[in-house]
Amino acid sequence: MSMVPTYARAEATLEGDRLTVNLGGAWRITQPLPAWRKVLGESRPRAVRLRMDGLERWDSSLVRFVHEVQSWCRTTDAACDTTALPETVRRLVEQLARAQEKRVPSDHSRNFLTDVGLAATDLWRQTRDFADFVGECTLSAIGLVRRPGRFRWRDCFAEMQQCGAMAVPIVSLSSFLVGLTLAYTGAIILRQFGGDIWVADIVGLSTFREMGAVMTGVVIAGRTGAAFAAQIGNMKTGEEIDALETLGIPPVDFLVMPRLLALTLMTPLLTMYANCLGILGGMIVSASVLAIPPSAYWIETQTIIDLSDISVSLIKSVVFGMLVAVAGCLRGLQAERSAAGVGRAATSAVVTSILLMIVADAIFAVLFNVLGI
Amino acid sequence: MNANHEPKTGKPEPEPAAPAIEVEGLECRYGDTVVLSGITFAVREGELFFVIGGSGCGKTTLLRHLIGLMKPVKGAVRYFGENFTDADLAVRRNLLKTFGVLYQNSALWSSMTLRENVALPLEQYTTLSRRERDEIVALKLGQVGLAGFEDYFPAELSGGMKKRAGLARALALDPRIVFFDEPSAALDPVMSRKLDELILQIRETLGTTMVIVSHELASIYALADRVIMLDQDAQGIIAEGQPRKLAATSDDPRVTEFLTRGGEEVRTA
Repeated sequence: MSMVPTYARAEATLEGDRLTVNLGGAWRITQPLPAWRKVLGESRPRAVRLRMDGLERWDSSLVRFVHEVQSWCRTTDAACDTTALPETVRRLVEQLARAQEKRVPSDHSRNFLTDVGLAATDLWRQTRDFADFVGECTLSAIGLVRRPGRFRWRDCFAEMQQCGAMAVPIVSLSSFLVGLTLAYTGAIILRQFGGDIWVADIVGLSTFREMGAVMTGVVIAGRTGAAFAAQIGNMKTGEEIDALETLGIPPVDFLVMPRLLALTLMTPLLTMYANCLGILGGMIVSASVLAIPPSAYWIETQTIIDLSDISVSLIKSVVFGMLVAVAGCLRGLQAERSAAGVGRAATSAVVTSILLMIVADAIFAVLFNVLGI
Repeated sequence: MNANHEPKTGKPEPEPAAPAIEVEGLECRYGDTVVLSGITFAVREGELFFVIGGSGCGKTTLLRHLIGLMKPVKGAVRYFGENFTDADLAVRRNLLKTFGVLYQNSALWSSMTLRENVALPLEQYTTLSRRERDEIVALKLGQVGLAGFEDYFPAELSGGMKKRAGLARALALDPRIVFFDEPSAALDPVMSRKLDELILQIRETLGTTMVIVSHELASIYALADRVIMLDQDAQGIIAEGQPRKLAATSDDPRVTEFLTRGGEEVRTA
């Protein structure tokens, strides 16, 4: 390596219609290499002879060069004489020619109709898998209620800390800012009619009935749902899930139930906390922009929020927590055994969680309306 | 290929005096725990060299230090006389081109086809056009018996095929040295033997120096020119030499026990 490097050379000598190309120097793929077209120039010989006087080193670059010369000769019906080259080079050139001819069919292309068909069957399969998984979780929950000693409380508490206490800062920020935004938006209209105090009603009702649970749900979907999918997906890649199964431990009991319970318990707590922060955001805007005293804002909030609104928030948050946990764990268990598969599982967990929450929220809206809650 | 391929009619190139790999006084640690200490050995160019030893003795740790994934606490690794351990970025990048690595799990990039996997080192280190790169990819995949599988993704291949594809990627830049981390891991005996044959064939064709980390006795006896044996308690090398000779003549019971599988006769192909 410390020696002065010599570069690859291809020197052409034309005698009549016969071109002799001498390959010399050190042929290294990572260094500058002669190009056959430049060596050939304007000449169109009927025969090409390859020699190798002064060849010091060679690697795949020489093999590729000889292959290119042979391909050119075949195309132009010129004779190609490579007998002066080492047997190893000629063997590798033949191997390259054979490798280029061989194609093992691999069709990754699809047409539109195939895509639609595959998407439809995939949707059906996913729905069925989701239903199966929910059923499996229900059976597991029944089993664990009967034998609570089998439940992994330590994992559950660890997950509660991760998805509950550790999520407090991001939930605080997002819900506070949502309350703030709602108050600003409401103030623009209400001020024109002298109904400034009703900002408290708008913020309170929309936070308790809708925004608190939804915002908390979105945050835990992005934070905890993705983490569940990535953790379990990674365990699958590392054959940890296989190890559980071969030991006769159902992965749902061992991995899913602690996470499911943790998130189901923590989401309502986070949601109630988010509701309070949302009201605080509205209160600050009202005090600073609309000059409504905090005490008046608080009394107005108390008059508009009743137990049914708190119940709506709690019911939604419990369901959202369960949906995020189920989607995250299911996607993790379905993950392909590769780094890309784990990434896709995490993305899919977030998308599925949010989609399911929106669908559930719409169903709740209709249901509560029918029930008059 | 490379230095060993000196054509008969070519001018003889003065062989570099330095061995392909020199390891001098290497000390490897995880935190405060010393895993290996005082590791010194050299590998000649074109040699098939094995690093052997029981599980947990530090074979893979040594390999990770050799290929620069971990920095030793003490000592140095030199390739062809040039210091790799303390090399600046430019020298290091240049030295990285001299070796390829076949990882235990092949470590193929799952989102890329085999063509893209093998072509990536060529894109990084050469000025070849796309067509030229494709030709080299075809050559490399042909060499490992995967001609025609260019458009396959790693997930579509069997374990043995992944290993061979990993080897094709390791050979992409025609490195002068190839490192193998447990090449037989997770392969059945037949596939393992085929991989051994492939390693021999590549060494014969390309003259590449091979450093193989393994504890597969069949492969060690079939391939190794020379081995070093590591030991967990000794935190270093306890034997060096030709494996059959070591098995027959070593006074160290740890060496003979390992190489004869606790006294059992080992049959090789």
